[in-house]
Amino acid sequence: MSTRLKSGGRLIDRSRKIGFTFNGKRLQGYEGDSLAAALLANDQVLMGRSFKYHRPRGVVASGVEEPNALMGIGKDHRFEPNQRATLQELYDGLVSESQNHWPTLDADIGAVNMLMSRFFPAGFYYKTFMAPRAAWKHLFEPVIRKAAGLGKAPEVADADRYEYFYAYTDVLVIGAGMAGLKAAREAAEAGARVLLIEQTAHIGGRLLTDPVEIDGQSSDAWLEAERAALAAMDNVTIRTRMMGAGVYDHGYITAYERVADHVAAPDAPRHRLWRIRADRVITATGAIERPLSFAGNDVPGVMLAAAVRDYVALWGVSPGDRTVIVTNNDDAYRTAIALKQAGLEVPVILDARPAAIGALPRQARELGIRVEVGKGIASVKGGKRVKAVEICAQAGEGSTLETVECDAVAMSGGWSPVVHLWSHCGGKLRWDDAMAHFAPDADRPPTGHDGQGFVIAAGSAMGHLNAAAAMEDAQAAGRRAAAEAGFTPSEGAAPSVNVEDEEPLEAVWMMPAGAGPKLRAKAFLDYQNDVKVADVHLAAQEGFESVEHTKRYTTLGMATDQGKLSNINGLAVLADSLGAPIPAVGTTTFRPPYVPISMGSIAGEARGAIFKPLRKTPMDAWHDANGAHWEPVSDWRRPYTFLRSGESVEQAVTREIKNTRTNVGLLDASTLGKILVKGPDAGKFLDLIYTNMMSTLKVGRCRYGLMCTENGFLFDDGVVVRTGEDEFLCHTTSGGSDGVHAWMEEWLQTEWWDMQVYTANVTEQFAQVAVVGPKARHVLEALGGTDVSKEALSFMGFIDGELGGIPARIHRISFSGELSYEIAVPASYGQAFWDALMKAGEPHGIMPYGTEALHVMRAEKGFIMIGDETDGTVTPHDLALSWAVSKKKEDFIGKRAMERADLTRDNRKQLVGLATEDPATVLPDGAHAVEGKNVYGDPHTIGHVTSTYFSPTLERSIAMALIEGGSQRMGQTLSFPVSADKTIKATVVDPVFFDKDGERQNV
Amino acid sequence: MLKLTCPNCGVTGEETEFHPGGEAHLKRFGPGSSDDEFRDYLFQRVNPRGVHFERWRHQYGCGKWFHAARCTQTLEVFGTYTAQTSEIPQNIIDAIKSRRPDWEPEA
Repeated sequence: MSTRLKSGGRLIDRSRKIGFTFNGKRLQGYEGDSLAAALLANDQVLMGRSFKYHRPRGVVASGVEEPNALMGIGKDHRFEPNQRATLQELYDGLVSESQNHWPTLDADIGAVNMLMSRFFPAGFYYKTFMAPRAAWKHLFEPVIRKAAGLGKAPEVADADRYEYFYAYTDVLVIGAGMAGLKAAREAAEAGARVLLIEQTAHIGGRLLTDPVEIDGQSSDAWLEAERAALAAMDNVTIRTRMMGAGVYDHGYITAYERVADHVAAPDAPRHRLWRIRADRVITATGAIERPLSFAGNDVPGVMLAAAVRDYVALWGVSPGDRTVIVTNNDDAYRTAIALKQAGLEVPVILDARPAAIGALPRQARELGIRVEVGKGIASVKGGKRVKAVEICAQAGEGSTLETVECDAVAMSGGWSPVVHLWSHCGGKLRWDDAMAHFAPDADRPPTGHDGQGFVIAAGSAMGHLNAAAAMEDAQAAGRRAAAEAGFTPSEGAAPSVNVEDEEPLEAVWMMPAGAGPKLRAKAFLDYQNDVKVADVHLAAQEGFESVEHTKRYTTLGMATDQGKLSNINGLAVLADSLGAPIPAVGTTTFRPPYVPISMGSIAGEARGAIFKPLRKTPMDAWHDANGAHWEPVSDWRRPYTFLRSGESVEQAVTREIKNTRTNVGLLDASTLGKILVKGPDAGKFLDLIYTNMMSTLKVGRCRYGLMCTENGFLFDDGVVVRTGEDEFLCHTTSGGSDGVHAWMEEWLQTEWWDMQVYTANVTEQFAQVAVVGPKARHVLEALGGTDVSKEALSFMGFIDGELGGIPARIHRISFSGELSYEIAVPASYGQAFWDALMKAGEPHGIMPYGTEALHVMRAEKGFIMIGDETDGTVTPHDLALSWAVSKKKEDFIGKRAMERADLTRDNRKQLVGLATEDPATVLPDGAHAVEGKNVYGDPHTIGHVTSTYFSPTLERSIAMALIEGGSQRMGQTLSFPVSADKTIKATVVDPVFFDKDGERQNV
Repeated sequence: MLKLTCPNCGVTGEETEFHPGGEAHLKRFGPGSSDDEFRDYLFQRVNPRGVHFERWRHQYGCGKWFHAARCTQTLEVFGTYTAQTSEIPQNIIDAIKSRRPDWEPEA
């Protein structure tokens, strides 16, 4: 059984007991425990079920690489699935639950999948679910959806908060083990600002478990001295519980600080995403031990050798009473020695190598431990717990030589440097044949803005698994980083590290080497995704030669652990199957983040009201207090309609339209873009920007203008006012002001930089109100101050005057077809002006109206709306706006494109009006018109509805559409199939439905 | 995320402070140009693995456009310079050649 040892465990405080629950069971641990350690201490070896086969799984590792022990942690508003039990620090009242089982962890029905495993081979999604088509929808998809995913998604909103933190440093050191501490110290002593971050709660790394002698003192004493020295330096910041998540271009690094995951109800942001700029980055990220591939290597109780001694040394927990060690290297002997010294049984060490002659094997033998060389595990016996191992010759096919009873297996297949951060931004790797791992290629680092490498891997992350070599490398790395950041490092020899020399390992990718299909089908590579050696063999046989393809076909390394344990073993098996050397097969791409980070940390503070800032007009508060039913219009909010008590939205819109057409309405048009274009060349410039001629516009006059891209497609429109000889005010769409302003600046700065023109976006400097309707003039006359008679201010005229004592720029323009004035006042006068209009208009029945009434009234007049009638592929000619495209001008943006054959052909989609046969039927927006059959024998689409409303003015439905050759189809009846059994018929008509001659606005 | 220095205001900023504008030094073809010229102007872009000239705008800063010479492979930035030029300035050519001796500006 796994249990708490009577003594030991340097990270736990045995005087402080902590209560927690696992699957509803109340358990006890100590302060300093990880959840995984506390579960093992309670003999809870079974911690979860695997994804595909629902196999019983226990914890394998002790750190971030853990693939099996994923838990749902917390409850209600603080529940998060898929958390690694190895990373979760225990706190009082912690609630945890295992995942991926039903009904219980012990009795899981999904485990039947393993019996079916020969029907779930590699790529089974692609093979099994091809045909018949109907089976996908009704059979496969529902089953897969039910089974997919590991943990349960939280169902209620997250109670925690998250934040970003920006940091700048000369040298960032990632990892505070021996190498990271040494490198940080060297860089700091040289004067560099140093940020040292450590993903666990403790500095020291593997020294905490595997002490060595440094300069004649214990590594604990050395660690304390280094920690104290760094803490005393002003230029050094140390943060624990903070993981280097990603390395990006030019020394940009994200780091993930788990501020409050170790407390029950935090009074702090839960996670903090650091966004760091560093001149140099030192990755002292250590190495991860690899599993060995033997049948049953996933039975609970089979663990990484170093993790086993971590549990003993750090938390005083023994994973088993009798632990068999299986290895291909000397390092795993440390586990045997540690277990023996803790009073536990090690029945045998199985060493796959032909001989074990190093210092560590000698020590093990001296302790009386049996060592069998050239041997391996044929198979692990046991279901939910290891019961025994069958020993075989590594060279053979797996005949059992002996069965050894045990309740745990500690395995080691060698160590792989953590090269993720080195690789994120393009650092290259080299294959080290002697160590059987990929290590950073120092000659090909990721490069920064100056073309120099900005990442330096140090210590075991560089492949120096010997502590003495790692110390020397780390010192050199720290000095180099400081020097490259512009500081002068000290000189002198590295501290001497006294550590046992190790004999070379021997690469073992399958145990035993000649394992047949039966054993290979139970030798797991990727624990979380249930990928076995047999799956990778099969993929290779089926022609998946690229490691990237094999990964996706087998799902190897695609789980939440991203293959930290499985990738090297997997690609070695692939290389073996292909008969290719490992470096030729290569690795898959390492992508950030190193370990999954919370979505909350990515969002940071940007949620709720501040997710996206809202733009409000000066009259926004009035609207809100007067029944505004809001709609978003780009970044603005605008009243869709003003609801009165008891009204439906539709009734309110109808009321507003009728009132505007008979009395007078008021529209807040402040969101319209307003761009001032000024200078001697302003007219010449606008002639190029607009399709129409603007330079001929007279001062005090307005002109509706169109803007096209170089492709000849319409993208914005609006009224241009000539406010002075060399000054124009260009109105744009509400959503288009920033883009149009940027567009003008781009052309001015990058193409026509010799022109003397300034632009300014003055959109928010003005509040703009449209006073619309037959009685509009009466309202303005009641305010007084400027003559707005037909004679003084004719249609498309402009006066800079005042109204009711407020400076007012009055445009006589109309987007509704009514007598209409659009009046801009300084933004600070906006509300006062609105109030004055409401008061002056009271005797005339004035009412505010919203965007929907605006839309309906413009559609009644056949006015196009950017974004409704245009979609980035529509020319002015398509919309019957040829009158606004100058034939006289030599050049304007879009002119050359309009000469292209495709833009001049007759059967382009063109704007038409539509009258449904039944006047009460309103076509759905976007409905397709069909005619004949296309090449597939399906109905051929000839166009679609772009705007569609019920017109209260005309008391019938109206619509506009873009239809192939529409200008030649007047009077035709078109078919709009809107569902399987319903087709709406509509007749092509003139898109100007109301007041074709414009008599209402010309009064 | 790149770091760039705006040659107009002198600020070195994060990539998110700038807005990319594609290939630099394109020649505009307007009315009177052939279909091929116009097509190339609109759509044909070089996509080099190596030295590249790009347009950038200091969107959340001074608002000015500028040009950047950089390596698409190593992400090295050789220099940034005014957008009001149709020629690559000599100091930029020199900076590139000091790092990429084999590189020659296109004729």
